[in-house]
Amino acid sequence: MSLGITIVSHVPEIAAGLPKLLKQVAADVPLTYAGGTDDGDIGTSMEKINQAFDDNSADEILAFYDLGSAKMNLEMAQEMSEKTIHLYDTALIESAYTAASLLQAGVSLKDVEEQLKPLKVK
Amino acid sequence: MALTVDNLIEWINNFSQKVNEHKDYLSELDTPIGDGDHGNNMARGVNAVQESLTNKKPAELTDAFKQVAMALISKVGGASGPLYGTAFLEMAKKSKDTTDLGELFTAANEGVKKRGGAKVGDKTMVDVFEPLAEKLTQGLLEQSEIDEAVEGTKDLVAKKGRASYLGERSVGHLDPGAMSSGYLFSALIETEGIL
Ligand SMILES: Nc1ncnc2c1ncn2[C@@H]1O[C@H](COP(=O)(O)OP(=O)(O)O)[C@@H](O)[C@H]1O
Ligand SMILES: [Mg+2]
Repeated sequence: MSLGITIVSHVPEIAAGLPKLLKQVAADVPLTYAGGTDDGDIGTSMEKINQAFDDNSADEILAFYDLGSAKMNLEMAQEMSEKTIHLYDTALIESAYTAASLLQAGVSLKDVEEQLKPLKVK
Repeated sequence: MALTVDNLIEWINNFSQKVNEHKDYLSELDTPIGDGDHGNNMARGVNAVQESLTNKKPAELTDAFKQVAMALISKVGGASGPLYGTAFLEMAKKSKDTTDLGELFTAANEGVKKRGGAKVGDKTMVDVFEPLAEKLTQGLLEQSEIDEAVEGTKDLVAKKGRASYLGERSVGHLDPGAMSSGYLFSALIETEGIL
């Protein structure tokens, strides 16, 4: 059972940019992202999030997001997805970076979650 | 005096019309305490709803509510998308057992609260949904109650959504989502024979 990461942001460039930072420390961790609305405007899209879950080669995903409405669309996508999706109310960049480095090092989900706890901001 | 596919469509068309008519006003309300897009978000959503209902006329109430929900979820873009979408999805589920609008809106309100984590007093659409679902249940919904619920959000401190980042500074402004929710209820009482 492999673990992957999905990034969700209101801004397409943020969603696409953060994985660049993560790849530096996590070359082998499956990483996908969803940014902006269907039309590429500022916002989030449940369909794009669904797609990001599907495109991720892992069957268990840690999902990180920026602001409130991203969380709501994430939860709707989570309810529809066949994969196991874990959602974290943590600081987006720091926590995604933490999770990516730990997953690359083969750390267990439980231990990753322990490290994410102090990063909870919402 | 009952909810049917035809009067549901009439109700939703009326709501769409109000949203489009007051699109700039809704975005204006969203400017001091948000990002100024609520009118555009909702207009995009209701226009997609119209398109969906015109392209495929629903056979059953449940399908009608579901079509409205899916169009809003996929097209609104802002927080109001999953929230209104959830409200209509909950009504879709509930409509399998009842056509009572009090019960349908009670289910919708519970869905919105669960999705967004807001309670009454947090300066959101819940401040309109919850008291008016109650009024519907009692058979007492009137425009004055709608106005009161919407106006009531002015003095509140926002605890959820973007406006919450402003804390005390959100006081003195109407909540845009409460206003658009007000239109949904106004459209309902204007629909002949539905209540
Ligand atoms: N967590 C929440 N619970 C309930 N309602 C919310 C929540 N977050 C936002 N809202 C409602 O959504 C409205 C804002 O909608 P909109 O401007 O379309 O989305 P966004 O805030 O993403 O720009 C608010 O006025 C409020 O009524
Ligand atoms: Mg907004």
